Amino acid sequence: MNFLTYLINGISLGSVYAIIALGYTMVYGIAKMLNFAHGDVIMIGCYVVFLAMSRSGLPALPSVALAVVACTLLGITVEKIAYKPLRRATPLAVLITAIGVSYFLQNMALLLFGADTKSFSPVVNVPALKLADGALTISGTTIVTVAACIVIMIGLSLFVKRTKAGQAMLAVSEDKDAAQLMGVNVNATISLTFAIGSGLAAIAGVLFCSAYPTLTPYTGSMPGIKAFTAAVFGGIGSIPGALIGGILLGVIEIFGRAYISSQLSDAIVFAVLIVVLLVKPTGLLGRQVHEKV
Amino acid sequence: MAMLEIKDIEVYYGVIQAIKGISFTVNEGEVIALIGANGAGKTTTLQTITGMIAPAAGEILFEGTDIAKIPGHKIVSMGMAHVPEGRRVFAELSVYENLKLGAYTRKDKNEVAETLERVYRSFPRLKERKNQLAGTLSGGEQQMLAMGRALMSKPKIVLMDEPSMGLSPILVEEIFNIIREISAGGTTVLLVEQNAKKALAIADRAYVLETGKIVLSGDAKEMLNNDSIKKAYLGE
Repeated sequence: MNFLTYLINGISLGSVYAIIALGYTMVYGIAKMLNFAHGDVIMIGCYVVFLAMSRSGLPALPSVALAVVACTLLGITVEKIAYKPLRRATPLAVLITAIGVSYFLQNMALLLFGADTKSFSPVVNVPALKLADGALTISGTTIVTVAACIVIMIGLSLFVKRTKAGQAMLAVSEDKDAAQLMGVNVNATISLTFAIGSGLAAIAGVLFCSAYPTLTPYTGSMPGIKAFTAAVFGGIGSIPGALIGGILLGVIEIFGRAYISSQLSDAIVFAVLIVVLLVKPTGLLGRQVHEKV
Repeated sequence: MAMLEIKDIEVYYGVIQAIKGISFTVNEGEVIALIGANGAGKTTTLQTITGMIAPAAGEILFEGTDIAKIPGHKIVSMGMAHVPEGRRVFAELSVYENLKLGAYTRKDKNEVAETLERVYRSFPRLKERKNQLAGTLSGGEQQMLAMGRALMSKPKIVLMDEPSMGLSPILVEEIFNIIREISAGGTTVLLVEQNAKKALAIADRAYVLETGKIVLSGDAKEMLNNDSIKKAYLGE
């Protein structure tokens, strides 16, 4: 039964990574940049929920909705102020800017909310599921996390496949100029991608903090890096890749912690990434990048 | 009034001037050929007209409106489509999805469906392969897809950049027949080609570009018989 419990916890943690990884992978696919500030958007989302619930006494769902709105706006604003002026700059300049935005958000949170650790009260109020005469318990947070991940994945796939805006996103991710020739507003599409990724980051953050309820200005950075790893693991730019990479990473992390060493679990996660990249540099589902002549 | 009037446009890539003051006109219903050697500025001219590159100077009047300062994505809905050099189809999307993107700016679903049927009639092979990924098509089929995709916006004028590039002689023939049909259907055509002989054969008028300048212009059929053109561009 222990094995099953670990597996379920791994899938739950992996679902959070997968939702965060979507933000990395979509932004990379469309804007061809690594938004290293993505993890810190998660942290901001958590603070919004924390303040809304503990200070303003708002119920859980409206608080989460507020966080989604706040993070969506934050994502659009960051893109507009920090990244859009660099559209034709070298990738290195954009990368350094993203790291700068990350530090900016962390320090802004430090200034606004203080350095002390806030204890995040779980937002999920779903009873735990007891299976096999109580030998196996699945917590409410786990159920909601996995369900949220499934719903988001299906919703996003349908959005990309079935809607005009989704098709425009795919077109921009493949060829910006050709997409513009179709009448697609490339800048608006990039903005939309940041909006969706950041909104999802808020949801992921709330789920993460419900499972690991300590909140500091640096809360977002570790899940952010792990989710980035998951996106690369699955094949950056690929939506199903983010799901598979996220889940695998979560399971490896929990198994590593349970069976090998709790101190080494992070090292194991990154070691697996290195091995995958050595064997398949584009990640599990990544497509071959063709150099355009 | 000319449908499209290019007035003294200048284009720079960094410090290098690619277009050194070009002016020409395209009247409604015409097929106009822009010919010239590699690097003459033909592609740059088309890219400037559809807003992919901003000109440093000059005006681009499309039905009387200066489109030089209008964002590129808004030009399609004004009635101008561009078949880019190298086809640039969306390889990871299906043929059908590519065609639908061609109609991205159009709102009326029934009209779009009608245009789609018309494009499928002109390009039966696209209909056969509508669910196939565009990246798996042959070069000729990709060219047809790029043309069909442009027609999906129901343009008044189509700009075509090297549609015959890299195709076998039979396919080149087929592509030029299609251009003829597009023109016969009432769509104005601005054609950039390295295959000057073929281009002049179907064009009404032509302009010859050399290192960013128009060096010659006139009736296409007369140019076919012009000795200096024959020597420089027709390989005779």
